[in-house]
Amino acid sequence: MRMPAPDAATIANKAGIVRALRKIVPGEGVIADDSALVPYESDGLSAYRQTPLAVVLPETVEQVSAVLAWCQAHGVKVVPRGAGTSLSGGALPLTDGIILGMAKFNRIVEVDYENRCAVVQPGVTNLAISAAVQADGFYYAPDPSSQIACTIGGNVAENSGGVHCLKYGLTTNNLLGCEIVLMDGEVVRLGGRGFDAAGYDLLGLVTGSEGLLAVVTEVTVRLLPTPQTARALLLGFPSVEAAGATVGDIIAAGIIPAGLEMMDKPAIAAAEAFIGAGYPLEAEALLIVELDGPEAECAELAGHVKALAQARGADFIRVSRDEAERLAFWAGRKAAFPAVGRISPDYYCMDGTIPRAQLPHVLGRIYEMARDYGLGVANVFHAGDGNLHPLILYDADNDGELERAEAFGADILKLCVAVGGVLTGEHGVGVEKRDLMGEMFDETDLACQQRVKCAFDPDGLLNPGKVFPVLHRCAELGRVHVHRGKVAFPEIPRF
Amino acid sequence: MLDVAPRLLTPTTPDEVLEAVAEAAAKRRRIEVVGGGTKRGVGRVDRPEVTLSLAGLDAVLDYAPEELVLTARPGARLKDIEKLVASEGQMLPFEPPRLAKLLGAKGEPTLGGVLAANLSGPRRVRAGAARDHLLGFAAVSGRGEVFKAGGKVVKNVTGYDLSKLMAGSWGTLAVLTEVTIKVLPKPKTEATLLIFGLEDRRAVQAMARALNAPVEVSAAAHLPLAVAGRAPLNAEMAVTALRLEGFEASIAARLDMLAQALRDFGRVDLLDGGLSRAFWGQIREVEAFHKDPRPLWRVSVPPASGWRIGEALAGEVIYDWGGGLVWALSEDAGAVRAAAHAASGHAQLWRGAAGVAAFEPLTGALAALTGRVKAAFDPEGILNPGRLGV
Repeated sequence: MRMPAPDAATIANKAGIVRALRKIVPGEGVIADDSALVPYESDGLSAYRQTPLAVVLPETVEQVSAVLAWCQAHGVKVVPRGAGTSLSGGALPLTDGIILGMAKFNRIVEVDYENRCAVVQPGVTNLAISAAVQADGFYYAPDPSSQIACTIGGNVAENSGGVHCLKYGLTTNNLLGCEIVLMDGEVVRLGGRGFDAAGYDLLGLVTGSEGLLAVVTEVTVRLLPTPQTARALLLGFPSVEAAGATVGDIIAAGIIPAGLEMMDKPAIAAAEAFIGAGYPLEAEALLIVELDGPEAECAELAGHVKALAQARGADFIRVSRDEAERLAFWAGRKAAFPAVGRISPDYYCMDGTIPRAQLPHVLGRIYEMARDYGLGVANVFHAGDGNLHPLILYDADNDGELERAEAFGADILKLCVAVGGVLTGEHGVGVEKRDLMGEMFDETDLACQQRVKCAFDPDGLLNPGKVFPVLHRCAELGRVHVHRGKVAFPEIPRF
Repeated sequence: MLDVAPRLLTPTTPDEVLEAVAEAAAKRRRIEVVGGGTKRGVGRVDRPEVTLSLAGLDAVLDYAPEELVLTARPGARLKDIEKLVASEGQMLPFEPPRLAKLLGAKGEPTLGGVLAANLSGPRRVRAGAARDHLLGFAAVSGRGEVFKAGGKVVKNVTGYDLSKLMAGSWGTLAVLTEVTIKVLPKPKTEATLLIFGLEDRRAVQAMARALNAPVEVSAAAHLPLAVAGRAPLNAEMAVTALRLEGFEASIAARLDMLAQALRDFGRVDLLDGGLSRAFWGQIREVEAFHKDPRPLWRVSVPPASGWRIGEALAGEVIYDWGGGLVWALSEDAGAVRAAAHAASGHAQLWRGAAGVAAFEPLTGALAALTGRVKAAFDPEGILNPGRLGV
């Protein structure tokens, strides 16, 4: 993966930069020792590593503002970081840039039940928000698998999803406001505690912008009352087609489950070997359907779903009888990644979304590609919203296997786009899918997005090298008229 | 400048839209972008030289009920889209209001218009806004460039979420030529719980209690006596209403839970399916204010502060979204804006002249950033100039 060419002068001036930053963030808030920088070398996409110039851990908005303003004035690049759990390399450091770590912003500022929201600092973990309001009967709905570790600031940057987003939405659907700091140090408040803010929906724009537009310093999230009950069904099918058709039938029956997950045979086998959740090893596909709401509703809908599955030939059907059993049903799915990690030295998790009707075709093609690449693959799938997570199995110690895994992954994502889907459903573009953006967007589409970047960060200092396959200067983007993608930029470096 | 009527352009294809905008961009002509034209009275476009009507771009391009997505041209009429998805037992979850009668406008609201204005109905509290359902789009920017963003699947984080930016931009950034929206199954039935005689502040508390209960309240509105007493409701007391939607057995269980949660607020009553639907139709369309000649304001505030608007104005108001949306009749622009600010909200002028801008100008760093975003898409300021104050 190529990153922007590091600026030798910046690297040579490390001591001076560190000295200046220590004046803004005193004490241990600036990390410059090479050995102490090691934990920051990569994020959840651990195949890629780079040592940052330094790490700055501010504690106040004023410090964030001053650090960014200083970096802008001195042309120093900044990579914002939450917990570093990104699966797309969103927090991958730059050798000539600082990491701006938001971990010390770890306070829940206010819980406001009257307006059903919580005001939190960006370094608060996703799960900590729900934990803080659980006793009062509330929770924060988006639940990425990494929720025990990932921070809400990172969730905003990546517009994180989770298994419940078919019914409850992604991060963007669960925010009311945030405070951001622009690269020039300007502090801006977006939204508030009401539903509609004045002016453009910049909150919606910043959400999912992968740390390229601004640094988030405070977030106001929506809280929901915790459903009275939840019930899960485990449904084993003799074919992927039958499982996929059942998903369609459930939605056609007017049921939007809280969770609707599918696992293919290799994923079932890995999970079962790891955790023994009681999954049917002979099934070609397994569905986990979660229903939540009042007891009466869950009971009625569970009956509906069961009947629909039977009609499609499900030969393994379990309905959770209590909370312990429901959690046991989920245990295998939630452990799918570590389970695959146990059967393979390394794995690479992809994240495309497809129209659900394309599932049998896409899975069939993935199995063919796996054969061609000589690599294993296990698939877990947010079946309700078409978000596919193929886990490509490889061994980085074998020469060329990482490259083959990457090429296989790229082929899967191209296939997702070709059947009408998209490159990423919830993990973000980052560096991982950056060079595939051209599969979905033409030059004009990308120029429009990059002009937005210029409106926030005209010097391109905030998280450069992510999301966009070509680095443009803002002046060029403003001047050049791109007509239907026909005008390329031959003089500009591509990664 | 001569005061002449703007030239009307009626493209029927995206290429014709491109041609029209590109020509205007080259000549720096100001364009007023219009769908059904029903919301033209909201905000003012500054001296338009071209009126670009999208009413002719009205095709539905793709509707895949099983994928929960629909792709159409922006000029598709809202009523046609809703009829189409209803035929598959689905709905637009954000319950878009028409508001044509409220605004005294002829014509039919379009899908593009309701998205461009980010208009959402009572279900906003539960299902989200129009902006939450715009999955992707194609458009022509003020530069005269065709571009697209987002996708045609319900879950997507590829690239910046420009759909959010387009929703609520009132046509000031780009001219939509294609939109993909998320649809959902329509609830099988609905019922509404009514509470009578609450003061505004107490009503807002009751709505918060209901919305905070795990019963999935899908709408929460309050009509003070001065409004509830008018047509079409003609009630003798203030009315607070809470809607539940879903499967029948579930509604029965949730009604019990809701009534229990609200037992401190006095006697409750029930509206069944048909009456419930009619009631929320009136709320959605702000029917009580259709015939009133006074300036009408749309005030957005944190829901718990909604009652403060009614108190400050001592006038007629309707509360929707649990108090988060307040429709207010008032001649006193200064009082409305001051009340909205005091409650950490903002007020838009939706009908009538009050001597102020319909959309209050932003200030400070947010205004500067907004100006740069506008310039990124429309550097010459040719699209709906002045409409949003940008």
